[in-house]
Parts: sequence; structure tokens; C-alpha cells
Amino acid sequence: MQRPIATTRSVTGISTGKLAVWWLIASEIIIFGGLLGSYVMHRIGHPEWAEMSAFTNTPAGATNTFVLLTSSLFAVLAHLKAEHGDGKGAARYLMFTVLGGLVFLVIKAFEWTTEINHGFTITRSTFWSFYYTAAGIHGLHVIAGMVIMLFVAADARKNRELQRVEAIGIYWHFVDLVWIFLFPLLYIAK
Amino acid sequence: MAAHADFKSAQKHYIQIWVVLLVLLVISLIGPELGHRMVTLFAAFGIAVVKAYLVAKNFMHLNVEKKWVVYLLVTMLGFMLVFFGGVAPDVLNHEGHNWENISAKESVERGLKEMELHRQQGQAPGAPQH
Repeated sequence: MQRPIATTRSVTGISTGKLAVWWLIASEIIIFGGLLGSYVMHRIGHPEWAEMSAFTNTPAGATNTFVLLTSSLFAVLAHLKAEHGDGKGAARYLMFTVLGGLVFLVIKAFEWTTEINHGFTITRSTFWSFYYTAAGIHGLHVIAGMVIMLFVAADARKNRELQRVEAIGIYWHFVDLVWIFLFPLLYIAK
Repeated sequence: MAAHADFKSAQKHYIQIWVVLLVLLVISLIGPELGHRMVTLFAAFGIAVVKAYLVAKNFMHLNVEKKWVVYLLVTMLGFMLVFFGGVAPDVLNHEGHNWENISAKESVERGLKEMELHRQQGQAPGAPQH
């Protein structure tokens, strides 16, 4: 039987979908790396940023870290289920992961609403521009991951394309990784 | 039966990693409360690096992934360092032998004044309540 080309890459030794995700992540490292690197050098060069960051909401950031770490656990458990051929189980865990993304966005929405209501808008200062840009781009990645995960879960429920569960999981863990660095930069180091 | 045991064992491993990640999160929150600069830096960034390592190794399975994937990601991190090394001297310093970044100096002065004003008022007007 000829194996489908969409899941075979003899040169790299990994599936095409996963290969694409690793390339995507490589490019994302440049995007987020550039952003976070710029933040770090400005933070060091501008002592007033330390004072401004005192007004970010640490409990909200910590709660969101907990939520994303937990959603990452669900994503890896979905992968485990898929590896054992349990599509329905994988889909269930993917839906829990999506729920985690939703909780993250709701908390973020409350947090931003409070900050904007108190005058900390994106045009307030360069610090707040960085804050909204970094967290905003990260939030867009969360939304993209959730949408893709819904499609993957729909197929997985029918035991189809189970290799995609791992691919979307890797992406989701990367989104979690970015937050792991955003959290101390924006919320802890005050 | 063996497959079920494998599943349970792997599940237990992932949950253990998750618990360790949560413990590290708690430490990263407690550390800055001690008020020591080095402890804060370690709690903030040292623990972030450990957390990132645990997620990359155990959840993204980089420990069993093809080696070239790891090399690819490390190369990207290297590019980031090149970017940082090339740009940081101009951003970290606001003046040099034959140049002065007036805008940055004014920005620092303006920001510090604003924060000083807020401190005198007790708290930033309408700052979020933590």
C-alpha cells in the first residue's frame, strides 16, 4: 500500500504536518524573540518602565499562567490518547484545551478592560504600547490555536487524521512557552 | 493490557510535570515578595527558563524528536541573540562619544516625573486594585 504523501517525509523523518509546525515555530521564535528582546533592552535602558509595570495585574497574569499550563497538560493528554488510537478521548481533551484558551481570553479581557478604564491605554507610553502589543499578538495566537483545534477535534472524534493532534499540540505548547516568558517580563519583574 | 499500562504510566508522568510547573509558578510569585533584586531576577527569569525547558522536553517531546529540530530552534534563538547584541548597545546607552539620544533621555525624565507625581499622590490615579 502506498502511504499518503501528506504524512510522509523520508528525508526529515517526520510527518509533513509536524514538519510544517516546527518551521512555523522557528519563524515564531524570531517574531516573539524580537519583540521580547526589544522589551528587555528598553526595560533596562528606561528605569521608568519598572515603575509603570507596577500597575499590571499580577494575580490575573498568574491565573492565566495556571490556565495555560493546565491547557498544555490537556493538549499533551490529547496527544497520548491519539497515539493509543482513541480519537474520541483525544477530541475530548482538545476541547478541554480550547476551554482553557477561552478562560485565558476572558481573564485577559477583564484585565485589559480594567486597565483601559483606568487610563492605561496603548498610547499612554511606550511601556504600555509594548504591553498591549506583546500580549495582543500572543492572544491572537491563542485564538488561532483554538480555532484550528476545533477542526482537529472534529476529525479526531471520527478517528480521522489523528496525527494532527500532535501537530496542534506542539503549536499550543509553544504558545504556552511564550507566555511563560511574557509573565515574568510584564507581571513579576517590577 | 500492556498498552493500557503504558497509557497510565505516561499520563502519570505528564501530570507530575504539570505539578512541578505549578510549584515553580508559586515560587516565581513568592520570590519577588522577599524584596531582594537577585532573588526577584532568579524567580522571574531563572524559573521561566526551567519551566520552558520542562515544557519543551516533556510536552513538546524535544527529547525524543529528531535532533535537527532542536538544532533549528537553537539556531533561531542564536539569531535572536545576534539581534539583541547588535541593537542593545544603542538602546541601553543614551549617549556615546559623538552622539546623544535626546528623545530617550527626555522620555526617561518624563516617565520618572510622572511616576514621582503618582507616588506623591499615593497611587496612580485610577490604578487597578491588586
